[in-house]
Amino acid sequence: MKMFALVLILLASAALAQEPLVFDSPEQEARYIKLTTELRCMVCQNQNLADSDAPLAQDLRKEIHGMMQAGQSNDHIITFLVDRYGDFVLYRPAMKGNTLALWLIPGVLLGIGGITVFFTVRGRNRKLAAQKQKGVS
Amino acid sequence: MISRLLPIIIFLALGILLAFGLKIADHKTEIPSPLIGKQMPAFSLPLLGQEESLVSDQDLLGQPFLLNVWASWCPTCRYEHPVITDLAESGVVRVIGLNYRDEAADAQEWLRRFGNPYEFSLADLSGRTGIDFGVYAAPESFLVDAQGIIVFKQIGAMTPEVIEQEIIPRLQAGSKVQ
Repeated sequence: MKMFALVLILLASAALAQEPLVFDSPEQEARYIKLTTELRCMVCQNQNLADSDAPLAQDLRKEIHGMMQAGQSNDHIITFLVDRYGDFVLYRPAMKGNTLALWLIPGVLLGIGGITVFFTVRGRNRKLAAQKQKGVS
Repeated sequence: MISRLLPIIIFLALGILLAFGLKIADHKTEIPSPLIGKQMPAFSLPLLGQEESLVSDQDLLGQPFLLNVWASWCPTCRYEHPVITDLAESGVVRVIGLNYRDEAADAQEWLRRFGNPYEFSLADLSGRTGIDFGVYAAPESFLVDAQGIIVFKQIGAMTPEVIEQEIIPRLQAGSKVQ
């Protein structure tokens, strides 16, 4: 029983590590969690807003929560942040001129890899076939 | 023939990529501000030490100024303090502080200890105006022209080189336009 109480206390303190926010509905909370996971914390740039303990991340979480309570859409909130901090806040960058390379390079590399594998395998098969023929004749 | 050259080609390509990476590594955490070339965000903030007087963005139009984001908790602000002081004393541009996410008492103590280079400091104790300016690390400095357009942003400590190469030329260009 004591153990159970201890576990409960630990769980509760973990949940309270971030500022408590009140949501209108579970859907809104899910939307909030999804959105803050997709936005970068500008202070510790390899963390998202949801995970970061930086003071600015706390402020921005509050701001986002406030905007959601005011009934604003995800697009509106994202535009709000991009207008201030730039595309860098987006973990899922928009596809446009200066991010084209970012989107295309993985595909191009996969293509190059695929072609390399194709020719290597074909070359090897031909060699094998040639050797077999030699063996037969 | 090609297959023999391929490793060398890949090696060279990788070398160029890495050299490029090293070159930009120093500036990697500095994110270009989307606010450059735009009107500064609207605000109305009390002055540090004179909380009853409010200053708005409209009050600052007419003359270019450097808005220096600082806080008493920020070690780099202490580091750049002499440079900001020199700039303010040289009189080439108005230097206005934005006291960001700070405690008023700590901020005033900081100015008492190290000297106050600012014409005045706007007290953004909550950091809300900082968000509108896209501030994510103190110190930051915004050069705003007479029309209220943000023409340059320095992230991190102000240096004599930045003043020489970025601030002064923009001030001269601005005064020619008028």
